[in-house]
Amino acid sequence: MMTELILNKNGAPPPLEPLIYELSVPGRVGVNLPAPDVPLADLPADLLRTSLDLPEVSELDVVRHFTRLSQFNHAIDIGFYPLGSCTMKYNPRLNEDMARLPGFATIHPLQDPATVQGALALMYQLQEWLAEISGMKGVSLQPAAGAHGEFAGILMIRAYHLANGEPHRTKIIVPDSAHGTNPATTAMAGLQVVEIPSDANGDVDLDVLRGVCGDDVAGMMITVPNTLGVFEAHIKEIVDIIHGCGGLMYMDGANMNAMLGVAKPGELGFDVMHYNLHKTFSTPHGGGGPGSGPVAANEKLLPFLPGPIVDILEEGDDETPPLYGFVMPEKSIGRLKAFWGNFGMLVRAYAYIALHGAQGLRDVTNHAVLNANYVRAMLKDTYPMPFDRICGHEFVCMGHWKDAEGVHALDISKRLMDYGFHPPTNYFPLIVPEALLIEPTETESKQECDRFIAAMKEIAREAHESPELLHEAPHKAPVKRVDDVRAAKQLVLCCRVLPEGEGEG
Amino acid sequence: MTYIPHTDADRAAMLKAIGVESFADLFDAVPPENRFPPLNLPDGLSEMEVAAELNSLARANVSASDYAIFLGAGAYNHFVPSVVDHILRRGEFFTAYTPYQPELSQGTLQAIFEYQSMMCMLTGMDAANASHYDGATSLAEAVTMANAHFRGKRPKVILSPGIHPQYRAVVRTYHQNTGLKFVGDKGSATIPDLVDMLDDDTALLVVQYPNFFGQIDDFTGLADAVHRAGALLCIVADPIALGLFKSPGEWGADIVVGEGQGLGIPLSFGGPYLGFFATRTEYVRKIAGRIVGETVDADGRRAYVMTLRPREQDIRREKATSNICTNQGLMALAACVYMSVMGKTGLRRVAELCYHKAHYAAQQIDALDGYSVDMSKPFFKEFVVTCPKPVSEINEFLLEHWGIIGGYDLSRDYDKRENQMLIAVTEMNSKDEIDSLVEALKEAKAPHLHLSHEH
Ligand SMILES: Cc1ncc(COP(=O)(O)O)c(C=O)c1O
Repeated sequence: MMTELILNKNGAPPPLEPLIYELSVPGRVGVNLPAPDVPLADLPADLLRTSLDLPEVSELDVVRHFTRLSQFNHAIDIGFYPLGSCTMKYNPRLNEDMARLPGFATIHPLQDPATVQGALALMYQLQEWLAEISGMKGVSLQPAAGAHGEFAGILMIRAYHLANGEPHRTKIIVPDSAHGTNPATTAMAGLQVVEIPSDANGDVDLDVLRGVCGDDVAGMMITVPNTLGVFEAHIKEIVDIIHGCGGLMYMDGANMNAMLGVAKPGELGFDVMHYNLHKTFSTPHGGGGPGSGPVAANEKLLPFLPGPIVDILEEGDDETPPLYGFVMPEKSIGRLKAFWGNFGMLVRAYAYIALHGAQGLRDVTNHAVLNANYVRAMLKDTYPMPFDRICGHEFVCMGHWKDAEGVHALDISKRLMDYGFHPPTNYFPLIVPEALLIEPTETESKQECDRFIAAMKEIAREAHESPELLHEAPHKAPVKRVDDVRAAKQLVLCCRVLPEGEGEG
Repeated sequence: MTYIPHTDADRAAMLKAIGVESFADLFDAVPPENRFPPLNLPDGLSEMEVAAELNSLARANVSASDYAIFLGAGAYNHFVPSVVDHILRRGEFFTAYTPYQPELSQGTLQAIFEYQSMMCMLTGMDAANASHYDGATSLAEAVTMANAHFRGKRPKVILSPGIHPQYRAVVRTYHQNTGLKFVGDKGSATIPDLVDMLDDDTALLVVQYPNFFGQIDDFTGLADAVHRAGALLCIVADPIALGLFKSPGEWGADIVVGEGQGLGIPLSFGGPYLGFFATRTEYVRKIAGRIVGETVDADGRRAYVMTLRPREQDIRREKATSNICTNQGLMALAACVYMSVMGKTGLRRVAELCYHKAHYAAQQIDALDGYSVDMSKPFFKEFVVTCPKPVSEINEFLLEHWGIIGGYDLSRDYDKRENQMLIAVTEMNSKDEIDSLVEALKEAKAPHLHLSHEH
């Protein structure tokens, strides 16, 4: 079978691995299915499809193909992955096994709740734990990722103001250091973004904040510690200013790995927040997902949580466990996805919290912050940093030097690949030029941090002495630098199967 | 500290290098009155204790591993070949993240590109993205895309009552502040009724295929009517059904969305699943989420990269129409592996098995005294049974006496569907299971008979 790939041109180096379609041989089968054990029914001929272009490969072809593909990836299991804001910590294997227990993996979401009390007990307990860790009153496990949780929170804030007869509150204040999902969430919820600048220390500028506050403000979204990796110096003042003008405070909890047992957002005055279970509580990132983004609310916003959520319908006693069931919060913004949330991720997060307990979670944060500050301290004389202060679980430095003009953060990132490391997040946060956002996480040892520090220093030296090494990097990755401009110009988004004979050569 | 590798010596050396004395000094910026609050959580457990606790919670559930199941309604007990999970368990896949750095992510990128390709073939569309959270949210995003396409000038969306009730609820949650008006789904409108609602204000008309009741509606002329009104047509499709039935592309759809769970993803109490989203070339620049494109590296070697990034949140972010960032990538990989092993003939055979078994079950149940099955239209793997008594009572009986998880109680969502059960039959249900179901339903009508049978 041929594909209309523009790139099979003569002279080009062979692809790393052919597409599965290119491995296809007519008549080959990869699966063994039973014959029908019931009488055959008539098929409605005029409704049937006449062709279905899926590959024809054996099971071994499939195993080899995807195994080879996997080997072109970097992953936590292979090495250090200091991708800032993403908390690429070790994913415990126990949790993978737990999520696959038949009693979890083969239950149907619409079964009678009486038949899934184990699953509901787990969800209820997780809601309680997440409420305790955040200092909030209640939690909904529905959101499927952080951005989904943000969306829930902003809809809740809007619904609260509408319920209070304040439809004119349509503005959400977002600092310019925010993750892109924050303004996008606001827009998606039909509200207006008011972006405010950060001051020279990376904090919210309080005077500017006061200046934009008024009775049209619905609320403010901030990240703690913020995306620059620093604990806002004036968090309480910010909360007071927003509450003072009748707005509500949203906390983007993507960075909770720096907060476990350190401070509870609810006690800092936040009204609503989301977690990223796929960051803080180590549910795997899966090459882009699935995640899970539970949303937690204080008293005021509790009735607006997306639902259904799990509650105790009948208290238990010594002999009988409580009866759990789903309930819709009284003024709920509604349902955010079908069924109940990314349950498999909830099982993993539950296992993670149960294993750590309170002290274990404090240890997680302590060591995450220790590692970040250690790497920061060791690199601060080599890489320019926008500010010299203790950071949370990550820090930002600049991948650019005045005396090595031609070298950029991207070049440093690509060169890190040659040393066996995944690059940090680059060009985010947007307000730091040439940003490299570095988050080691607590599961990396001092020795691994030291290797990374040494590589970063070596690269800084190369940047000054032989910048072409960086410009041409990576040299040792599976492919050389990938041409993304061409990808966007000449869109090839799927391989279309051409009839026999076409596209050859 | 199970997963934390630091020794006392490491900690001391690191604190010293930072220039602080203790961990506590690292948190000076946190307001002192809120710093280090008590955490009321249980003490940590060992790995074996956690495993024991979770095993006992898992055992407290009635699962499709131990019971025959005829429950569907948007999540199905389909066969998952072993190879799927073995690939998903490769750490190189599941412990990586979004492929921001293409040079270190060719495995994920090529797999997504292959997934996109297969989804295009299956749906008859030109482009598919790398996933949404689930079927419901992919539909909500289709509405968003249509709204953006018409720049908000066509504020009406027509929804068929045959769309999954929870999907319709999610669409309304997503769009509670966007000024869109949803019509069509509150009564029992037919396809021609929906067509009658088309006007200059309509951005999108949405139907489900098969519909929530398992039926295959005839969409002949539908796309033409929608396009004549200047609107777009979205079809919510079951990917397993597409192994057998005409693709939504052949029906003239502009957007195809749906739940990909059937493609190799376990039931897992409702998630993580896979929202798929595919559309025609005209609209590719409006697709939300991630999409992978083919290109070359500096040596001219074929390579893959996330593309069309400027539409994402990072540019003009305050005007973004979608905020999706983390998606369901690993589930897209599951679907990709599944479709690869199933291949051209396997998926069709799975669909045919579902079709034949469902028809056998429907005929047997229809023949029972007191039960009737709506076979007025072609159906695929689900059908509606009108029962002699409330579905909840029947299901209790099936579970307790026969070890069968019965069908979905339609009265939960539809006032006029009292005593109606939606039964799903997949390739996983053997003839023996179906015969047991039929026998059990017969007894459920008059349960006293059952007692004599048992003793
Ligand atoms: C600071 C911040 N906020 C929000 C998000 C969005 O979370 P998700 O990708 O889970 O939707 C992310 C991560 O990607 C993030 O780093």
